[in-house]
Amino acid sequence: MKRLQTLVLALLATLGLVLSACGAQNTTPANNNAAAPGGGGTKTAIIGYTASLTGKLNVESTRQSNGLKLWMDQVNEKGGVKLADGTTVTFEAKFYDDESNKDRVQELYTRLATDDKADFLISPYSSGLSDAAAVIAEQYGRIMITTGAAADDTYKKGYTLVYQAYTPASRYLTGSIDMLAQLDPAAKKVAIVNENEKFSKGVADAVKAYAESKGLQVVLFEGYDAGTTDFAPIINKIQQAAPDVILGGGHFQDGSTLAKQIREKNLNVKMVGLLVAPPEPKFAELGDAALGVIGPSQWEPQVNFTAEAAQQKGMEWFGPTGSEFVSAYQAKFNEEPSYHAAGGYVAGLLLQKAIEKAGSLETTAVKSALDYTNMLTFFGALKFEVDPQAHGLQVGHDMVFVQWQQGSDGKLVKQVVWPTEGATAKALYPVR
Amino acid sequence: MISALSASLIDGLMIGLVYGIAAMGLTLIWGVMRVINLAHGAIIALGMFGIYLLFTNLGLNPYLGLLVVAVAGLLGGMLLYQLTIRRVINAPYLSTLLATFAINMIIIGLGTAAFSTSPRNVDFTLGSTNLGEITILNTRLVAALAALGITIGLYLFLFRTRPGKYVRAVANNRTAAELMGIPSSRILALSFGIGVMLAAVAGALIATFFPFTILSGDPYQLKSFVIGVLGGLGNPLGALVGGLILGVLEGIVPNFMPNTWVPVLEFMLFVLILLVRPSGLFGAKR
Repeated sequence: MKRLQTLVLALLATLGLVLSACGAQNTTPANNNAAAPGGGGTKTAIIGYTASLTGKLNVESTRQSNGLKLWMDQVNEKGGVKLADGTTVTFEAKFYDDESNKDRVQELYTRLATDDKADFLISPYSSGLSDAAAVIAEQYGRIMITTGAAADDTYKKGYTLVYQAYTPASRYLTGSIDMLAQLDPAAKKVAIVNENEKFSKGVADAVKAYAESKGLQVVLFEGYDAGTTDFAPIINKIQQAAPDVILGGGHFQDGSTLAKQIREKNLNVKMVGLLVAPPEPKFAELGDAALGVIGPSQWEPQVNFTAEAAQQKGMEWFGPTGSEFVSAYQAKFNEEPSYHAAGGYVAGLLLQKAIEKAGSLETTAVKSALDYTNMLTFFGALKFEVDPQAHGLQVGHDMVFVQWQQGSDGKLVKQVVWPTEGATAKALYPVR
Repeated sequence: MISALSASLIDGLMIGLVYGIAAMGLTLIWGVMRVINLAHGAIIALGMFGIYLLFTNLGLNPYLGLLVVAVAGLLGGMLLYQLTIRRVINAPYLSTLLATFAINMIIIGLGTAAFSTSPRNVDFTLGSTNLGEITILNTRLVAALAALGITIGLYLFLFRTRPGKYVRAVANNRTAAELMGIPSSRILALSFGIGVMLAAVAGALIATFFPFTILSGDPYQLKSFVIGVLGGLGNPLGALVGGLILGVLEGIVPNFMPNTWVPVLEFMLFVLILLVRPSGLFGAKR
């Protein structure tokens, strides 16, 4: 018994030591190189993040990280950002491979905040990893822009320094309901089938509530297990419910299989809207089954937001145009940018704008600049919720909807069909 | 409602036949040599990749590819038996379980290295047939008919040919069979080969209509266990009927409750059969 007590005491003492050490490291975020008093000096701001160079998120995460690198190179080439006291700030990236692993993320963000003395943090790719990183950012008092992360609940935990660049899951599919209302006000019946998983379930719940609030009737609301390959029982059930529209899906594999089997079963619906899968170029491999399927995307290379549009909306325009971004990205990485890449770039853009506005690298000043962000960029509108209930949640950005349509050469092409101001083609409706 | 039910019933019966032959592979190996083949799922996945590679790289028609997969499965299974199972066949169950589990891990490890775990698709279609409001996918129909044909073939083999009779004799009583001059070692290899072949063929048929990865065999292995227990382990006909029951359950149940309840019901049935009739619906009473 006595030995046990000694052991517990020793453990507690060690814990105390570790905690105080952590506390000691958690001092002021800025800064490294001393600024010359009176201005004219230079500073380097360290942007810390992790990317999944290995593991299952490798493709998306690498693109996101490429987008961020492009932003950094461009800012630095232009000579950086000028602060209020005349100091010029250039940026330096500090990043690690998180192996698509949550535990690694927490370990590495702690290292970024303490050992590497990062001034600002950018999230890893995916909601799960970003959620893990957000705890650390908040704990060490660093501002973090999350990108590639759509889940809502990260922003409902009382964090004050975490800002979301993506449209949250709760608004992923709501645009399809608005689109339907415009295309066919007579369509009333919606079937929602989604993968049983956090993100897809969140989207499905939100679109169900939204559809019902718009007077639509949800005739089927059902989840399916992740990894489902046989959708025949569900499709038979949808057929029985006779909806005008099918909404739902989850990720690429199940979404593309569902689309394929809907077509094979000759299901008679006017519109099919699925998560995640349709914006992927690989979706076109489904051929006939891809035709007419719509899907939400955070951004598409064709979308054309302009400075004029910003003026009309009474918003500030910031950063490059869509085509400038696309050609710069293509020149550097030799591929067309996906929305993941654009998301990486825009995370940098958000920080840059806030630092310019604050004229400082101090966390509090940059935070208040971020709180008042309201701008239009090539990525779309950006604005954050400032209510403490959901601080940092993205409220300005909207999804664009793509649809696979038959091109003039008979091949399938991806068109932007919603919102109408960014559209590249009229929506194909009803699909059949 | 009637049309929805009949559509579900037909879909269920068609997929059930394919489940049936997958389970037959498992149950045959158990029946003849009392080995639970934990590499069953991995072999199903290999069958899927067999068809995929033959179709995508060589442009071979999937049904011709099926024959290649069957022959490769038979020979590969016999080889596998000679290399591994033969050495542990008289050891306690745990040894054979671990041996087949090791094979499973080797296949999955190599498969992941070679193909990664991103989903593959055999981009092949035969169109569909309309019966009133019911649409039947032709690839599924062909798979069901093929499964039926394979079952009949297996029965003819087991009951009408000499090697088939040897297989049954060894299953019945290996010592007695050996005393009668039956080369039991070769018959065991043959049985294992047939079991592997059935698994590979089931995988190949599934690949003609569902996407898959190297890990896709696992759910079918689980289903094979349920079916095997349902129909009576060691009884091929029982496996077919068990497969049909499971398929119909999967088709019909979602009409009355959320589809995520299907596995719950399936495994409740599994426990129930084990409690009430552990030898299965068609198993011999002991």
